[in-house]
Amino acid sequence: MKTQALKQALDNGQYDVILAGARRDEEKSRAKERIFSFRNSSHGWDPKNQRPELWNIFNTDINPGESIRVFPLSNWTEVDIWHYIYEENIELVPLYFAKVRPVVERDGQLIMVDDDRFPFRKGETVKHLKVRFRTLGCWPLTAAVESDADTIEKVIEETLAAKGSEREGRLIDSDSIGSMEKKKREGYF
Amino acid sequence: MSAISEFNPSEYFKKVNAAGTLRFITCGSVDDGKSTVIGRLLLDSKNVFEDQLSAIQMESTRYGTQGETPDLALLVDGLQAEREQGITIDVAYRYFSTDKRRYIVADTPGHKQYTRNMATGASTADLAVILIDARKGILEQTSRHSRIVSMMGVKHVVLAVNKMDLVEYSENIFLEITTNYLASIEEMGFSSVEAIPVSGLKGDNIFVESENMAWYEGPTLIEHLDTVDIHSDESALPFRMQVQWVNRLDADFRGFCGVVDKGTLVKGEEVVISPSSIQTKVKTIFLGDKEVDEVSAGSAAQLVFDEEIDISRGDVVSSLANRPILSDQFCAKLLWTDDKPMQPGRQYKLKLGYKEVKASITEIKYLEDVSSGSQLATKNFQLNDIGMVNISVSEKINIEPYSNSRQIGSFILVDLVSNQTVAAGMVEHVLRRSTNIHWQRIAIGRGFRSLQKSQTSKCVWLTGLSGAGKSTIANIVDQKLSSIGKHVYILDGDNVRHGLNRDLGFTETDRVENVRRVSEVAKLFVDAGLIVIVSFISPFRSERKLARSLFDDGDFIEVFVDTSIDECEKRDIKGLYAKARQGDLLNFTGIDSPYEPPVAPEVHVKTEFLSAEECADTIVETLM
Repeated sequence: MKTQALKQALDNGQYDVILAGARRDEEKSRAKERIFSFRNSSHGWDPKNQRPELWNIFNTDINPGESIRVFPLSNWTEVDIWHYIYEENIELVPLYFAKVRPVVERDGQLIMVDDDRFPFRKGETVKHLKVRFRTLGCWPLTAAVESDADTIEKVIEETLAAKGSEREGRLIDSDSIGSMEKKKREGYF
Repeated sequence: MSAISEFNPSEYFKKVNAAGTLRFITCGSVDDGKSTVIGRLLLDSKNVFEDQLSAIQMESTRYGTQGETPDLALLVDGLQAEREQGITIDVAYRYFSTDKRRYIVADTPGHKQYTRNMATGASTADLAVILIDARKGILEQTSRHSRIVSMMGVKHVVLAVNKMDLVEYSENIFLEITTNYLASIEEMGFSSVEAIPVSGLKGDNIFVESENMAWYEGPTLIEHLDTVDIHSDESALPFRMQVQWVNRLDADFRGFCGVVDKGTLVKGEEVVISPSSIQTKVKTIFLGDKEVDEVSAGSAAQLVFDEEIDISRGDVVSSLANRPILSDQFCAKLLWTDDKPMQPGRQYKLKLGYKEVKASITEIKYLEDVSSGSQLATKNFQLNDIGMVNISVSEKINIEPYSNSRQIGSFILVDLVSNQTVAAGMVEHVLRRSTNIHWQRIAIGRGFRSLQKSQTSKCVWLTGLSGAGKSTIANIVDQKLSSIGKHVYILDGDNVRHGLNRDLGFTETDRVENVRRVSEVAKLFVDAGLIVIVSFISPFRSERKLARSLFDDGDFIEVFVDTSIDECEKRDIKGLYAKARQGDLLNFTGIDSPYEPPVAPEVHVKTEFLSAEECADTIVETLM
């Protein structure tokens, strides 16, 4: 769904460059993506045919129909992001901080029940747990984690000590092996 | 989770930042256990998360090479093709940290066909970990990897002798490999080399001191990485910054933005701008939107000067004592990164720092055998070839030898048609001869010479397949123009090959040179006030683009003499197609050598629909 909507918007705007915040430390196929990542006319990514990116010299010349996804934060880590937010006092949506919220436990993941559209499965009941989101994607495909971190200091400490990866809660990554790479080839961020 | 309150992020970040991020590259091939060593570093530094570990446990049963144990290599081999084939294809960047330092690891493939990937990883690395399989010792690839990282400016090396568990942790084997390695890299100019015996699979001497090698007294891999001093003090050098962007906030404000390459700049200091050589004083320095008194190497700064001066992207701001060299000819080491081979003489776009100019390779000095270091003769470079060349650029630019500056000593070449990055280069030294040949000014100019002949001189460039009708049409245009008193001359492909270009054949390289020479001659003729008709197959877009770039706008008229290959072959006036088909004539355009039709020619004549006379009329009309 996300891929299709994105592709439609890009086709409408005929953009040459799209900036995004993806980072190489998020996922294995993202680790192999260039900072200037070229897409063909159908927005597909060809991991085997990427331009070499040496030093900090970027070849930004595009061919007709091509576009570039640019990831300026490629080399940042999850901790770097929190460091920057901390230093610069950046305001955040509350979902990044822990609070008691209604959730349902599904396949080992905590899915938040935030309004009456939530499709319950048989036998599922609402629990009230203190949770936060490490990553925010589309609902209901992003899961929350149990946490006590309700301040930025605590979030940083928790991130440094985390035992699970940031994208653990992104159900979209684990459909199958090489799942993210497949989606990226099709045009996903 | 209750004891959280004591944690102070500021102190933590201060400590980790003080040591600086270490960027390193790992070199070795699949058999050396390179990915396993990195996987071990990530795992033991607790930078692998539980969900990632369980994912590789699942994948290990499918792709793994370690039976029941999780295959750590799967942590780093990110692409599906890599996991299926069990090799690393592309550069992957990995991030981990200890309580001493943060790390960025470039994991690159070791096979010869991936040289460009290794060079990419090395281009931003401070240190290289060279892996050797203890069972095999030093291989041809070991010297190749060492030579590539040395060429890319990496100064520090760790020789990780891996798989010690498979040679019974033998001290003798380790010492023999170390001695041989040190002898093999004597010429490469590394400033530190540390040899460490390890086992990626078992974890010996990676993060934890090995219990199996009591004879080894040196540091573990991570101890060495945590403490190695890689940062020479860049902020103590004279100031230099290349302008990346000119910030015109409003009519009164001009800020010049860039990352400080070297040195420290203090408010009020005098600086010089290159290439204009204007000297000025620094009025204000900004870091983000905050005003500061000084900036040092590594900071992204914005400078405002005392007076209004013209500075563009790519110009260099430096302290008076440290101006860069200004030159348009230099010698450089080149790594070819494109599937299509180099064409000496062809025009490419050169990007050096934030500066873009046109460039061509004027001479190949040698091709380097990267394994042995010996120099070989060659006519062009293929993918992954490395060697020394002379390069000439369209205007004087700020450069430095790569050994002095990674920022303005490195460049890439971009193909003008495909837009691919075709080469990466490092400036070796500047060629002084460019400063000794000055352009002789001639008193009488082109304008007067044209006026004298009552015409505007132009270059009419006919391109098309052999037998398309170029010469016939050129002849009619010549006659028509001459009959109304114009001064015309034809440069015909076949005729020029009898004299000026008699030394050239029909390979792609020779065709490029053929067209380059004729373009230059045509330019001289236009300067002499003549209408010159060039009738040349000129099959490649790049060369026609080069020819066009020599002339002012409107003076170059590209005519596409469009005849289908079938029709040309049917006509076959010179009998050449028949010969080419029989294989008696090699590199024949349209048969076994490509023709790239013009995209937007000024005139497009289709000879299968118009007579030669009508085609000529169309051209004459465009000229008048």
